[in-house]
Amino acid sequence: MEKEGKGSSQKMIEIINACKSFGRVRALIDVTMHVNRGEVVVIIGPSGSGKSTLLRCINHLEVLDSGTIIVDGIPLTDEKTNINAVRAEVGMVFQQFNLFPHLTALENITLAQRVVRKRSKEEAEHIAYELLKKVGIPEKAHAYPMQLSGGQQQRVAIARALAMQPKIMLFDEPTSALDPEMIKEVLDVMLDLAREGMTMVVVSHEMGFARAAADRIIFMDAGRIIEETTPEELFTAPKHERTRQFLSKILH
Amino acid sequence: MTEQTRPLEEVPPQSRLLGRLAAVDRWWLLVLAAIGLIILLIKASPHPYAEIFNFLTDGIVMTLQITLTSFIFILIVGMFGGLGRLSRSWLIKGIASLYVEVIRGIPLLVQLLFIWFALPQIFEKIGNLLMPHWPNAGQWFIDLKLQPFTAAVLGITICYGAYMSEIFRAGIQSIHHGQMEAARSLGMTYVQAMRYVILPQAVRVILPPVGNEFVTLLKDSSLVSVLAVADLTRRGREYMSRTFLSFETWTMVALIYLVLTLTFTRLTSALERRMSLGQRR
Repeated sequence: MEKEGKGSSQKMIEIINACKSFGRVRALIDVTMHVNRGEVVVIIGPSGSGKSTLLRCINHLEVLDSGTIIVDGIPLTDEKTNINAVRAEVGMVFQQFNLFPHLTALENITLAQRVVRKRSKEEAEHIAYELLKKVGIPEKAHAYPMQLSGGQQQRVAIARALAMQPKIMLFDEPTSALDPEMIKEVLDVMLDLAREGMTMVVVSHEMGFARAAADRIIFMDAGRIIEETTPEELFTAPKHERTRQFLSKILH
Repeated sequence: MTEQTRPLEEVPPQSRLLGRLAAVDRWWLLVLAAIGLIILLIKASPHPYAEIFNFLTDGIVMTLQITLTSFIFILIVGMFGGLGRLSRSWLIKGIASLYVEVIRGIPLLVQLLFIWFALPQIFEKIGNLLMPHWPNAGQWFIDLKLQPFTAAVLGITICYGAYMSEIFRAGIQSIHHGQMEAARSLGMTYVQAMRYVILPQAVRVILPPVGNEFVTLLKDSSLVSVLAVADLTRRGREYMSRTFLSFETWTMVALIYLVLTLTFTRLTSALERRMSLGQRR
């Protein structure tokens, strides 16, 4: 899959020697990686490998014990950094959707626009409608999350994140909580985003998506990056034994 | 409709209406029965019941005034207290926790008596301490006299505020932390997330215990009678001490409290039902 204008070495995300522990559990051990503008990086690995932790460090939902994270040139660990401003540029989609149940789909999408970006109601709703069309469910604008299927909820969640017009989109196992027949509709939206040149970091087990959209796949295990390469290389000739073991378990 | 919505109830409309009527009416019936009993007593033997009722009317107004006034302040204190206990600042968290633990450990009656009798002496001592250096402030403290109504509302607010703080705290904590994460991920500040995402949901969750606290408060307001506040209970005592008609007086007082509490219980239930309409189908 070809992408335009991605040769730029502009690093949107740079992580250097990141370490993070939860009590005695070492979730991240000396992790170093980067993501260029417009790149799609998919992170795979067994549970407990630290992939979700790594993702959550990018928008400061988790704080590193040591190491550096620089997002769009802004170091997250700096005290002077306005984290809220950074978070407005980094959109996140969660495994559990985390839609606001007391608001309609439209209100879910307009809330942050009005409160953080200070857009007017009309402007915010216009953008929200456009995004709902983009993700394929404009007719559900006034439905409450409880009235939507899992796939629809996740698409609203993606629209909600996109409404802030972020520079980076993070996906934390976006389809893992979905019934199989709804996974494709969400992956299709993500594929479109990738084609449009969004910088994406995706934690997922969906190998089909990785093959179709990823520029790089990172394999993590027990807090470390084991292997980092293109999808073709990873699936045909993985270099490390642990990678081979993991792939043999999930590719069936 | 999506594939996940439940199919429409197949119960015929009349039965559904009757069912709802039965659920609602059964309890309002109790309210009506209590009111009916009061009216019956007044009509059947106006002497003494009509006299008692007329004498108690001012007390009813005062009880409601105290309850409603206090409750507004209690909600405010409860919200800040609850948020305080969840604060990341150890100072705020410490103060809020101390407040809750201490106040919950002392009976309301004792707190009311303290505010009424002990507080003026404390003010006087503070005033005397300040006099040599800041005579204006010192004089203000010495002259500070609490009205009975103010003392009552103050005492009740401080006491119930502690319990309300715990209710708010539990309500806020019951909201899945993913909600806060989603809100913060969109760039909202902690305050914005609380205001637009967490608290609106928490309010729905705590409506039953808050309604319960209101009814408990209505009954506990009878304690302010020891503070020379002319509420329903005190009026009852005054009438009884004049006429020695203890049975008739207290029956009437009890019935009136019953009508008040039952009414508010019903109203709270109705409010709960209305607020849950947006959440469930």
